[in-house]
Amino acid sequence: MKETNSSVLESAILKKFSNLTLDHADDSDYMTQIRRQAFEAFKSGGLPRRTEEKWKNSKFDQVLENQMEFLTEKPEYNTEVSEIFHCSIHGFTTQVEAFLNGWYYTPNKNPLKVHDNGLIIGSIRAAQHQYPELFNLHFGKIAQHNQHGFSVVNMGLFQDGLFIYVPDGVFVEESIQLIKMVNAAKKLMINTRNLVILGKNSRLSLMHCDDSVNHQSSLINTVSEIFVGENATLDLYKLQNINDVTCLINSTSVWQSRNSRVKVNVITLNGGTIRNELNVDLQGEGAEADLNGIYLMDKKQQVDNQVFVNHAVPHCNSSELFKGILDEESTAIFNGYIHVNKDAQKTNAFQRNNNILMTPDAKVDTMPFLEIYADDVKCSHGATIGQLDNEAMFYLRQRGINEKDARLLLMYAFAAEVTDKIDITPLRVNIEDMVKKRLRGELSICEKCVLHCSTPDIPLEFEIDLSKI
Amino acid sequence: MAEGKDHNNILDEVTSGEYKYGFYTDIEMDTAPKGLTEDTIRFISAKKNEPEWMLEFRLKAFKYWLTIAEPNWAHLHHPPIDYQDIIYYAAPKKKPSLSSLDEVDPELLDTFNKLGISLEEQKVLAGVAVDAVIDSVSVKTTFTETLSKKGIIFCSFSEAVREHPELVKKHMGSVVPYRDNYFAALNSAVFSDGSFCYIPKGVRCPVELSTYFRINAANTGQFERTLIVADEGSYVSYLEGCTAPQRDENQLHAAIVEIVAEHNAEVKYSTVQNWYPGDKEGKGGIYNFVTKRGLCRGNHSKISWTQVETGSAITWKYPSCVLKGDNSIGEFYSVAVTNNYQQADTGSKMIHLGKNTKSTIISKGISAGHSNNSYRGMVRVAKKATNSRNFSQCDSLLLGDKCGAHTFPYITTGNESSIVEHEATTSKISEDQLFYCQQRGIDSEKAISLIVNGYAKEVLNKLPMEFAVEAQKLLAITLEGSVG
Repeated sequence: MKETNSSVLESAILKKFSNLTLDHADDSDYMTQIRRQAFEAFKSGGLPRRTEEKWKNSKFDQVLENQMEFLTEKPEYNTEVSEIFHCSIHGFTTQVEAFLNGWYYTPNKNPLKVHDNGLIIGSIRAAQHQYPELFNLHFGKIAQHNQHGFSVVNMGLFQDGLFIYVPDGVFVEESIQLIKMVNAAKKLMINTRNLVILGKNSRLSLMHCDDSVNHQSSLINTVSEIFVGENATLDLYKLQNINDVTCLINSTSVWQSRNSRVKVNVITLNGGTIRNELNVDLQGEGAEADLNGIYLMDKKQQVDNQVFVNHAVPHCNSSELFKGILDEESTAIFNGYIHVNKDAQKTNAFQRNNNILMTPDAKVDTMPFLEIYADDVKCSHGATIGQLDNEAMFYLRQRGINEKDARLLLMYAFAAEVTDKIDITPLRVNIEDMVKKRLRGELSICEKCVLHCSTPDIPLEFEIDLSKI
Repeated sequence: MAEGKDHNNILDEVTSGEYKYGFYTDIEMDTAPKGLTEDTIRFISAKKNEPEWMLEFRLKAFKYWLTIAEPNWAHLHHPPIDYQDIIYYAAPKKKPSLSSLDEVDPELLDTFNKLGISLEEQKVLAGVAVDAVIDSVSVKTTFTETLSKKGIIFCSFSEAVREHPELVKKHMGSVVPYRDNYFAALNSAVFSDGSFCYIPKGVRCPVELSTYFRINAANTGQFERTLIVADEGSYVSYLEGCTAPQRDENQLHAAIVEIVAEHNAEVKYSTVQNWYPGDKEGKGGIYNFVTKRGLCRGNHSKISWTQVETGSAITWKYPSCVLKGDNSIGEFYSVAVTNNYQQADTGSKMIHLGKNTKSTIISKGISAGHSNNSYRGMVRVAKKATNSRNFSQCDSLLLGDKCGAHTFPYITTGNESSIVEHEATTSKISEDQLFYCQQRGIDSEKAISLIVNGYAKEVLNKLPMEFAVEAQKLLAITLEGSVG
């Protein structure tokens, strides 16, 4: 990076980097070394620009000239977690792990909880000291830390994050819900880094919720590394419902061992500029990845889904299904990438991206890529950009359904293909309700809950007499 | 392909599948010194007796070329090209001014006979007007008289510069400006010859126009430029074929094809590209960096590209359509075959600017040996291009486990009334189909040839008849030895 054209944000990051030793004095030697390397990488690379292939049409360069601040010190919290974070999805209880402004929120000063079955949950800062063997084995090995400028910054400057270790053979019954909230008077750049390790034959369901409760334009830069052991099962739900000015980079990298199963649902309801990176590395035979996403954007929002699936070994299956509805002046980017290695025979890989544009000002860029070096494979991809089906519309209209409702119904049906894939019934019902609300143009806000879910008592229905259909 | 051969015996030719066009004709050449400087460009321009404006255009392009870098985004790997180690101009010496075929250098005629495009035969039998470009210089244009009666201009580019400067000035660079890309800038600076074609208003060209390109001399690059202008309501079908002798070193081919279609005009452009692909170890072969673009300037105009790509060590080629006129149509049909160590990064661009524009992309990639075959395509629907429609289908077939097949589509839609669809599949030849053929007594090599031809049929059907036959044979020859 040349000094002369470094942006405001880059200068702030450089300044922050020069304080490394002071800010992160409690780091282990291993960690200090990693942060130093990131500093060097950032000095030469800087942040990505629109001119780079992977950031084409991205609105992230707008953030480069923003004056952002960093929260170096962990703030003191005294209140009970449930007083701020209250999420009631009927019939669905979760174990809430909360982050406020990027810091792990622990009312009882205990940063790491060890359960009876060996499950460890808590702050990644504490984990690097208490479980160095686990931490050093996986940390920084799953996500490519030199992927781009933001991931380099995350590597070097991450302040906190969630650490989960599921021992071999443990089924975690209750879903773990990771809630990341931003509530600050200043513009913040928040770098968090999560590490999730699933042992052999284990099972975990994880919800990753990004939320904001104020109207500051923050920059949230999250990297999650997930190691899925042999024959383990992971369900990952990513819910994104942030304000219109926040920028969010959510990069998740998954390493899959033999016969492991991973299912990811990315649900993007609202957000200023969102970039979801999902990298799945199928490194064990028989691994399966099912990646789904739905995005419903309006105003001037942008969502950018970068999905990379690497088939490194034979006999793996992967499927990608991303659908989106773009209203007003919103834009969406989809870049799916299936890479099949030379020896990865008997691969099945599938990729699909469907988009509906509602207005003349909405815009979609879709790039479904395939790179294949093995011959005994079945790979396919499809992408469409269009509008609601006129014939289906006509059908509904002639049954006496007004245009607005008919449109809603069709949009809802379009989104349902993705939301139907959510296995936990109460969560699915809830997300379906959120989608309905979102499509009706109501920001799904209920008073207490940061997740802005709907209350289960009031059923959400379209005002349609279904008997007519 | 030589006339009179039994077209049904395509598969028999498979066994003789080394590169058939690898002969070298000893014609005395008039060459420029190696290397590229402003002097080289002045030399080329002077050799061709070009007017001042042409030289200026070249120099402008050259100056721009110096400021830009070779693109590296394509999925291609090759050693850096030394642009100073190339001869930029090579012309058959004593180029006579010819009025009939009898006056053509007999050795040259022999070359064409070996190529199977006997000018005489073609002229009479096929009714095709041929403009043959050997090492940069257009040698002979047949059938000109018939064409000129209809007002059709079909001549070499240098002739067009002399005879029809107003048309050339108006259209040259209007579709592919010299600033378009690295190779377009290079071509604009050093292009030696090419074909020019103008179809006047309302004329339907009675014969198929054809150009044959051949690189003959060693160390030369070929930089030809084709410009086709179809005026209002006209129609033309244009064929292009390419070959080169076998050589150990790589040779550069950087061409430009520009097509302009006015209101209600239709242009059909077919290519069979069979440049020398290098030997089985990947030694030698042509580097083929081509910029082809058509502009549907008028309403209801149509441009259709059909290509069969079997040759070249490296292919970098994206025939495109800019659909500017309302209701205009762009089509792209492609079969790209790579074997041994060939690499191809090819596809199409469809830029929708006018209302109700339609485009279709059908691309069939076949990779064998150690080759890599990529489809790279772009579909862009501008905001004002309402009610536009695109359908893209790109299928890849893999023969063998050492080759690669890749798909890189870029799709952008900027309005809500357009529909864009893209689909692609990658697979190998199905065991069932192979088993069916073998069980009927067809050996595996022939069976694969049969299946591949069936797979590519959709595109081959779009080729004019004589080309379709040649293309089928080429497919079989290219894939020879790729099985097992």
